[in-house]
Amino acid sequence: MIRPYYMRMRRFIRRLMTRPRIDLPLALGLFALACVGLMTLYSAGDRSLSLVGGQAARFVLGGVLLLLVSRIPPSTLRTWTPWLYAGSTALLVVVAALGEGRGAYRWLDLGVMRFQPSELLKLTMPMMVAWYLHPRQLPPSWKDIAVVGLLIVLPAGLIAEQPDLGTALLVAAAGAFALFLSGMAWWRIGMLLAGAAAMVPVGWHFMHQYQRDRVMTLLNPESDPLGNGWHIIQSQIAVGSGGIFGKGWLHSTQSRLDFLPEHTTDFIFAVFSEEFGLVGVIGILLLYAFIIGRCLWIAMEARDTYSRLLAGAIGMSFFVYVLVNGGMVAGMLPVVGVPMPLVSYGGTSAVSLLTGFGVLMSIHANRKMHQ
Amino acid sequence: MSKRRIHGPRRAIKDPRGESALFRGRAVAGFALILLGLLALVGRYAFLQVLHHDEFATRSDANRIKPRALQPARGLIYDRNGVLLADNVPAFRLEVVPEQVPDMKAMLAQIGSVVPLGDDDIDAFKKQLAQSRRFDSIPLKMHLSEDDIARFSVNRWRFPGVDVVPYLTRRYTFGARFAHVIGYVNRIDDNDLKRLDPARYKGATHVGRSGIERSYEDLLHGTPGYELVEVNADGRTQRVLETHAPIPGKNLYLSIDARIQKAAEDAFAGRPGAAVAIDPRNGQVLAMVSVPSFDPNLFVNGISSADYRALTTDPRKPLYNRALRGVYPPGSTVKPLIGLAGLESGLRTPEDTVVSTGQYCIPGTTFCRRDDQRGGAGRVDLAEAIEQSVNTYFYKLALDLGIDRLSHYMSQFGFGHPTGIDLVGESDGVLPSREWKAAHSKMPWFPGETMIAGIGQGYWAVTPLQLAHAIATFAGGGVPYKPRLLMATQDGVDAKVVPLPNPPEGPSLISSKANWEAIDKGMEMVMYGDKGTGRTLTVGFPYRIAGKSGTAQRYSRTGNSYDDRSNLAYLASRNRAWFEMYAPADDPQIAVAVVLEAGAWGSSSAGPIARHILDAWLATKGSKAPAFTPYSDPSLGDVPPLPAEDLPVAPPDGDTP
Repeated sequence: MIRPYYMRMRRFIRRLMTRPRIDLPLALGLFALACVGLMTLYSAGDRSLSLVGGQAARFVLGGVLLLLVSRIPPSTLRTWTPWLYAGSTALLVVVAALGEGRGAYRWLDLGVMRFQPSELLKLTMPMMVAWYLHPRQLPPSWKDIAVVGLLIVLPAGLIAEQPDLGTALLVAAAGAFALFLSGMAWWRIGMLLAGAAAMVPVGWHFMHQYQRDRVMTLLNPESDPLGNGWHIIQSQIAVGSGGIFGKGWLHSTQSRLDFLPEHTTDFIFAVFSEEFGLVGVIGILLLYAFIIGRCLWIAMEARDTYSRLLAGAIGMSFFVYVLVNGGMVAGMLPVVGVPMPLVSYGGTSAVSLLTGFGVLMSIHANRKMHQ
Repeated sequence: MSKRRIHGPRRAIKDPRGESALFRGRAVAGFALILLGLLALVGRYAFLQVLHHDEFATRSDANRIKPRALQPARGLIYDRNGVLLADNVPAFRLEVVPEQVPDMKAMLAQIGSVVPLGDDDIDAFKKQLAQSRRFDSIPLKMHLSEDDIARFSVNRWRFPGVDVVPYLTRRYTFGARFAHVIGYVNRIDDNDLKRLDPARYKGATHVGRSGIERSYEDLLHGTPGYELVEVNADGRTQRVLETHAPIPGKNLYLSIDARIQKAAEDAFAGRPGAAVAIDPRNGQVLAMVSVPSFDPNLFVNGISSADYRALTTDPRKPLYNRALRGVYPPGSTVKPLIGLAGLESGLRTPEDTVVSTGQYCIPGTTFCRRDDQRGGAGRVDLAEAIEQSVNTYFYKLALDLGIDRLSHYMSQFGFGHPTGIDLVGESDGVLPSREWKAAHSKMPWFPGETMIAGIGQGYWAVTPLQLAHAIATFAGGGVPYKPRLLMATQDGVDAKVVPLPNPPEGPSLISSKANWEAIDKGMEMVMYGDKGTGRTLTVGFPYRIAGKSGTAQRYSRTGNSYDDRSNLAYLASRNRAWFEMYAPADDPQIAVAVVLEAGAWGSSSAGPIARHILDAWLATKGSKAPAFTPYSDPSLGDVPPLPAEDLPVAPPDGDTP
């Protein structure tokens, strides 16, 4: 039956409003995180309401996208998957071609807005791996692993070449988690990891000088306290001076007095740690753990392999953000441009993360009915 | 429900239930790994926030809290009646913290368009920049105008690390009048940094450079305090957390009387020379003038090279402190003291006479010198010899004394070495002696040199201060006091004024009252006798004055002509005019020595200046200055009437020291 386009549209919107297909615990977890994020941003951004307002607007936009995506059934998503993956990878190639001869080139200027294709891969990558593994017999064979490996390395390599090591890492991790969740044998994982470890010196050779500097600086930040070591030192000072209970909301001196660079974006978690102390850190990490756990729960309840792998991979890659950013702020990991999800100020990451959670909502809505 | 679409070949039948179980296992394992990762993260945060909290808390404070030296206010300088001579006034300067300036060259190039900078400012800044630590702020321009401050405030964002800072700047209320006494402060330079105590001078920008400012730097400077301020990453002060107030420097009360100083300065009417007035009873300096002078305020915040060049190339040498450093042959002014040496040594009695014929030769030689008077003065005793300045009397006396006794006795009155006044840079002058000549020449000592030493010529060179000191020592009954400018100190404006005693250096140099009176008689006759050179200078003065003129040639006399009063301008260009005076003669309270660099005759050129100083002194004692003025100096033509200027005078209750 063919209904007029506007009729279908009206029904879609009415359902969106009246029967949102969302998982309440996950939604509440995300809402709480967004509130903590806005609160921290208010302090880190020198009480700038326009900054907080802008971020809130992005949350609203992300929320709308979440609701829209949650209406798309996983099966439909699966049908679109190869095209989405191919399209986003093609955009990466375009960016690479346009950026020939320039430094870091990640953006595609669409006239009205700038757009980072690598952001898309954070979602299309696990979708593609899940799509590939969905019809195969699991656990995957060496051949399937090789194909998945190729699917991962191609776009991740393009992103790393931009160079954007942080995003490349997140994209690759999302694909790898899907592979891990598909039941890839432990001994194969062990062999791959051993192989990867052996490749580290080769990777070092291909890294940019500034990337090597970041790693070296991490190992000894005091060697260059005013240059490359500045971020690491000031961030650790912020975290360490917070103590167990913190200096209190709006009392971060490191941020207020501008000692801490990037204190609204990549290093906002240092401000949070300074103001709320170890207690706050444990609290927010528990919130992240709850969200990730809820994602895995939704994955376990999912109806088919595609949904399961996709939901699990999205949840676990959320953890990569937290680990990489939290580790960077605490001087455990090198400085890479990975934001603290839903806390760091910045548009694309919040929107793309919430879109990803939209997929989870959709999977949740189409879960297996219990026996 | 979605329709299952199959891609690629199927190798085996899928097992949904098994896959689901496999996934569940992996999800649990994955979650366990995640918890492990988060636990590692918590461990790291606990390591930083618990184990190393103290260290990082300290570093966080060190980041934001900086101690900043608080400059003590420099002690004020007053005259003996509490007239403020050196003051501190608020001003603003531009300071630069090099560490926070991204591009020093660009900053210096651009900031000139906002706050006008001279080459001097930039040179001084660069010099100091080379010597300072990167995080110490360096003054770039002192004494900003209101316009400068307004323009900079608008453009401040363009210049990180540059800020307007308030400070107290020195102001010399009377400008040039006290420049040679008080001196001035100016910017600390690299040599100062080497000698100054870094703790006391942390953050200090100025140091006493000359005069009282220099010799009492220790008292005036005070002790710096500090405050703890919170700064941001740009180093800009956000707020003050804690203050430890500095201890201001001591206020100084000088023995100078500003009114006498003014009268002395005015009396010179700009003619180069110097005058020093000392209280014979205690060595306190009542006035000390060196003409011409300069505005010490120019130096305080860095003098421009144009101004400095103007001062250094001025042929009248305004920077030269004639009272302290100028050395002049004393001429006849030393005759009373030579006469005193004759009495003290027992070689003469006041009644002994000498016949002056107009010329005196060393017996048995052809070394002859003239009297000033054609034909001589006839038979004169000591008092008459002083009154008429009879050279022959003193030629003979000097030869009888011999150079050793003469210079020994004169040395006791302070000639040939610094008087020990509390100023830096005093000249030694020259007291003729065998030792001095041996040190400066290969020739032996000649009796002729002894002879002319008896009339204050030859090698003799004295500073106005030395002569004033010597005559004050005589006037005070021979009791030697070091000349003193500092009379009292005070911890703060409301604190008690603590007088500084100035004990005599030793017992009286004069063995009997009769000797003193004999010389005093001669010096009074100079002022009151029929043939005295100072006859015109006593008119209307209520106390008796004793004095002596002196005229010394700047160039050795050639030819045989006698100087007369017909060519005064010519003489003025060749002579130094001296006059020394003390009053009241029966109870001396002020002794004055005046030198005029280009004066025709001591009595007519320098004498009136000395008299004006006595008049001013008299006025400070409560009596009205007698109507001696106007005086005229034919060498100068008519002196224009001096500008009337009201001096601030201490309140009449007068318990100031």
